Amino acid sequence: MAHDTPTVTRTSAQHEYYKQNNKATMQKQVVNFAIMIFLTLVAFSLVGAGFSANLVLPIILLMAGVQVVLQLYSFMHMEEKTAHEIGVVTMFMWTGMFFAFLMILAFVTIIWWNL
Amino acid sequence: MSSSVKKKGFGATVWDYLTTVDHKKIAVMYLLGGTLFFVIAGLEAVLMRIQLMYPENDFVSAGTFNQLLTMHGTTMLFLAAMPLLFAFMNMIVPLQIGARDVAFPFLNSLGFWLFFLGGLFLHLSFFMGGAPDAGWTSYASLSLYSPGHGVDFYVLGLQVSGAGTLISGINFLVTIINMRAPGMTFMRMPLFTWTTFVTSALILFGFPPLTAGLILLLFDRMFSAKFFDVMYGGNTIIWEHLFWIFGHPEVYILVLPAFGLFSEIIPTFSRKRLFGYSSMVFATILIGFLGFMVWAHHMFTVGLGPTANAIFAVATMAIAVPTGMKVFNWLLTVWGGSIKVTTPMLYALGFIPSFVAGGVTGIMQATAPLDYQLHDSYFIVAHFHYVIVGGIVLGLLGSTHFYWPLFFNRMLNETLGKITFWIFFIGFHMTFFLQHFLGLMGMPRRVFTYMPDQGWDLFNFISTIGAFLMSAGVILLVLNVIITAIKGEPAGNDPWGDTRTLEWAIPQPIPFYNFRQTPLVRGLDPYWIEKQEGNKEGMVYAEPLGDIHMPNNSIVPFVMSLGLFIASFGALYSPLGVADDSRTWAIPVLVIGLVITFGSMIYRSLKDDHGYYVTVAEIEALEEELYGKKGGNK
Repeated sequence: MAHDTPTVTRTSAQHEYYKQNNKATMQKQVVNFAIMIFLTLVAFSLVGAGFSANLVLPIILLMAGVQVVLQLYSFMHMEEKTAHEIGVVTMFMWTGMFFAFLMILAFVTIIWWNL
Repeated sequence: MSSSVKKKGFGATVWDYLTTVDHKKIAVMYLLGGTLFFVIAGLEAVLMRIQLMYPENDFVSAGTFNQLLTMHGTTMLFLAAMPLLFAFMNMIVPLQIGARDVAFPFLNSLGFWLFFLGGLFLHLSFFMGGAPDAGWTSYASLSLYSPGHGVDFYVLGLQVSGAGTLISGINFLVTIINMRAPGMTFMRMPLFTWTTFVTSALILFGFPPLTAGLILLLFDRMFSAKFFDVMYGGNTIIWEHLFWIFGHPEVYILVLPAFGLFSEIIPTFSRKRLFGYSSMVFATILIGFLGFMVWAHHMFTVGLGPTANAIFAVATMAIAVPTGMKVFNWLLTVWGGSIKVTTPMLYALGFIPSFVAGGVTGIMQATAPLDYQLHDSYFIVAHFHYVIVGGIVLGLLGSTHFYWPLFFNRMLNETLGKITFWIFFIGFHMTFFLQHFLGLMGMPRRVFTYMPDQGWDLFNFISTIGAFLMSAGVILLVLNVIITAIKGEPAGNDPWGDTRTLEWAIPQPIPFYNFRQTPLVRGLDPYWIEKQEGNKEGMVYAEPLGDIHMPNNSIVPFVMSLGLFIASFGALYSPLGVADDSRTWAIPVLVIGLVITFGSMIYRSLKDDHGYYVTVAEIEALEEELYGKKGGNK
């Protein structure tokens, strides 16, 4: 009894179902990965092309935001609605991001700009 | 497993505690470790009060006074109050939600050892050339220029013990989200579990800024970086922001569990369900949330500008609303109840007015223009001691009496407990009430002495007498513990008679696997419901009796923490350090320590440990040995 590793047996229907599921997930992840690589390429080429910093900076920051959300939802499993306690997880993530945003805002406005 | 109740040799017991992953034993270790540091920090406070007893006293030197002051604050917050609260969280939360243990028993043990060895490292500074002396806030403009290794001890010690706290916080979050017994929805969780949950969230979001700040300070101090050095284009204000972004949530990390403990004590002895349960939950969450938006009220006089000061002043005042909700809910719980004034209830009743007094002075300081007058005066000292002693320490002492039978199956002496309360309570108000007026009369805080005849002499003298009374109270409590340990009778199940929540439904002494069958929760205050319906079994159970899966003990957490402890000595004597007395062995020791830590991490990752099963036969044998009957709950 002790020190056993639990083994799970699946029926062939279950096996097929999981196989389909995994395939769909894999496709989605590859697509998202391609989008992220593309966004990174755009960011680098914007800098390389020598546009004005006033144009490049906001665009890069915007794309960075898109990357973060893509990362969270496609690779860190935040899109799985049925996952256990996903509501709590989502709430924690967004609360944390809100606090982080608040701190950055405060640093920018009251330390560096000195309003 | 029946051998666990037999007498063991001293070495075996020590080994058992070094390797244990049982939340109940870790709770006892937190209780012991926290008490040790509480007594040390209390002694430092008494030494400071003796120094301030008379004007121009020379009991301790100015330098020693600075060290005492820094270590008193740092130790009380990081190494006394938090571990003592963790002791209660560890003991009570898994039982209160009907879990077998916390979600990650290994991490629980790791959290404890990191805290303890970090604290030990910080205290070794007294014997190794002087303790930190830049205040518990360790503002960079001061701490960067502190000679000797004091501040290095502060940075490294807090880094190590802070990692332990963060680990424990995450552990409780996962435990509370995932391991509640069937039927225990979020809105049926006892208030102490709720406050532990919100506190853990605050730890999760609050400790990383401290870690970041400490890392920057560590690089400045030990490797000659210039993050906070204005002369090289650094910015010293950033430390203050990072510290208080952590520091303000920290005070809620401390006070929310105390609120939770009182929310357990008050309904029990008012023999009435908690008034406004859902508003209590809402208020707890709101306090936690707002706690992150007010940090700059510690820095009004830094010169942030009127806009920033106004925003933070208003945000700070907003916290009074949920806190007020809590106070009224406690009062309305007591109102109309059939009150039994036991020792824990006495602490709870003493807590309400004391804490409100501290809260009201907090609102006064939130008013930015007034804060310019109050800043760095004894008024601030009086305020935060009213909140911390009146809220947290009264909570800890009250809960010690309340939960002692759960920890050790013994009741602390009630008469002695009530005497302790009155001595401590009178001493507390005597010490700190007059400090409000000392502040208003202009006495600055953090001074090691003062000139006579400024009208401060008498109040300082009375304040010191109060500190002696508080010490007498703590000594009485320790005596009470010793007497109980020697002569105490087994308290048995539900010793208070009126308890409401799941932790009291478990038979005493508690078997190492907690409930042998996971209980079914049928509402708020589940044990009370079962008692009202005449359930002699204790609880209704959600599963048949089966084999129980338990984690194996492990020495790895201790070794992992020990590695960081050793590495800290290497970092301390780094050849690039500010303190200018590097040792040749510094870098090798740093490397050896880190190798031990990372080596044990790799060992832990590669070695599969699936725990073991306690079979039904073993459970029945153990329970027969513990309670002398076969079967029991069906």
